[in-house]
Amino acid sequence: MIKIHTNVVKKVSEENYRVKTIEVEHALEEALPGQFLMVWMPGVGERPMSIGNGYPLTMSVANVGKVSAAMTALRPGDMISYRGPFGKPFAVPKDAKRILVIGGGYGVVPLYFLAKRAKENDIGAVAVLGARAAKDIIYEKQLFAVCDEVFITTDDGSRGKKGTVMAEAEMLIRSKKFDCAYACGPEMMMKAVAQLCRQHGMPCQVSLERYMKCGMGVCGSCVVDGKTVCRDGPVFSGEEALAMGEFGKAHRDATGVLHER
Amino acid sequence: MGLESVMFGRKLKNPMILASGILGMTRASLEAACENGCGAVTAKSLTLEPRKGHEGPNIVEVEDGLLNAMGYPNPGIVAGLKEFGGWKRSEALIISIVGKNKEEFAELAEKVDAAQKTLGATAIEAVMSCPHTPGYGTMAGQGAPECVASITSAIKKKTELPLIIKLSPSVPGEGKAAKAAEDAGADAINMGNSLGPGMVIDIHRKRPFLGFGVGGMSGPAIKPIVIRCVYDVYRSVKIPIIGTGGINSGRDAIEMMMAGATWVSAGSTAYYRGPEAFGQICREMEAWMKSNGVSKLKGMIGAAHD
Repeated sequence: MIKIHTNVVKKVSEENYRVKTIEVEHALEEALPGQFLMVWMPGVGERPMSIGNGYPLTMSVANVGKVSAAMTALRPGDMISYRGPFGKPFAVPKDAKRILVIGGGYGVVPLYFLAKRAKENDIGAVAVLGARAAKDIIYEKQLFAVCDEVFITTDDGSRGKKGTVMAEAEMLIRSKKFDCAYACGPEMMMKAVAQLCRQHGMPCQVSLERYMKCGMGVCGSCVVDGKTVCRDGPVFSGEEALAMGEFGKAHRDATGVLHER
Repeated sequence: MGLESVMFGRKLKNPMILASGILGMTRASLEAACENGCGAVTAKSLTLEPRKGHEGPNIVEVEDGLLNAMGYPNPGIVAGLKEFGGWKRSEALIISIVGKNKEEFAELAEKVDAAQKTLGATAIEAVMSCPHTPGYGTMAGQGAPECVASITSAIKKKTELPLIIKLSPSVPGEGKAAKAAEDAGADAINMGNSLGPGMVIDIHRKRPFLGFGVGGMSGPAIKPIVIRCVYDVYRSVKIPIIGTGGINSGRDAIEMMMAGATWVSAGSTAYYRGPEAFGQICREMEAWMKSNGVSKLKGMIGAAHD
């Protein structure tokens, strides 16, 4: 049975001007990279949240809506309630020696968890971290601690290489030094990574995001081409995602209406 | 030998119907439910205007059940009919409508009827039994026999499509409500919806857990109540019955048919057993029939009655 966890916030740290990382006094040992929690803020609402680390349980939240605003207002000692972990995690191929993680914006959060687990299992990781500008970069320190190399790109060139993650990603994918690539971030970026990996014959996984209501594969709010993001995903192989007509093209709002990009 | 059934003249590969509100938000997910073994699928219930539904949490697991308060998120009748339209599969498509009153139900039915040429629906299902949305279902008193009768006849005036009336297991006198629907022209009764409303309070936060406070109960725990409702309705009407509530195995489905259901409908099982549940339940029914020497569904429908 799905339990409602309530635990104490241990630490709140600022990642940048609008993202905070919340560490909870809880070792959620069953949590795997790529999975998510449904965080309940009583009287406010509930939202899915990527897991940034399993033990201690960590998540990062940008102040963009009602629930996330309430979450960013949490202080050490406050209670936080959540259910999970939910969803399909990233899969690392058996005998993998080296993986590539490509994160755009907040997409880096579950990828850090993945790279950290990889390091714990003696699998090397290289990261490409993209953001709009220097001030938007998050998880840089964390990634440096667990990756062999970290490449940074910003759209405006205020940090690292100017441009999207794609130039660095292409160089690394072409090198064929990786057993699998993992992308999380804007859908167009993930689509470009999946297409590039297909071209170069490298396995790849992406993590989709859709408006979600139940989190347990029942209501159908988060479906993409008949697959539920909450239960069949959020992680899909690049090939599965590329086969979806809506991948990189459209998403549905809370009422279920489809919006083309 | 087998599970073949007929619904309003249309052949079904089996009597399993995807319940409304489950995985039915899009045409692709309805098609996936067909691939996963449903003989018919019910689309997400449509209202006149788009609705976002209730604030979350929308669903919570309890002992042997789920408590949900979705609040009818849906794109509205116009966008909805566009989403589900052009149905060409062999499985039947049922369009579910919910209105605040008979005028709304009539307008919705009229819109479905007007779209039917290209829609490809087998029936309309009118829901008068949601326990957790203000202005609709049992929260608007729609379960009362006189209300069921007036809504049913208002819809029948606007559509040629077969009409299924979906009743609540939470309102006493299901038999009377079903009879009222039959007398007003309904073509079938869907006996069952989530039960309640109920409530879950989180004792750490000292608050009701669901965003809406209360929600409808579904899943294995409500099955005996729905079985009894179907049993009563079978004695009250001659039109066929869909049994909905707590079906999670082939045995559950057979029990529902013995109570009097011609077809069975399931939803929460997608949580317990995954999206493949519908086909698995059908295979379990078939295996049971085989080992018990039952060759046709017909022999089981209402078998629990004298």
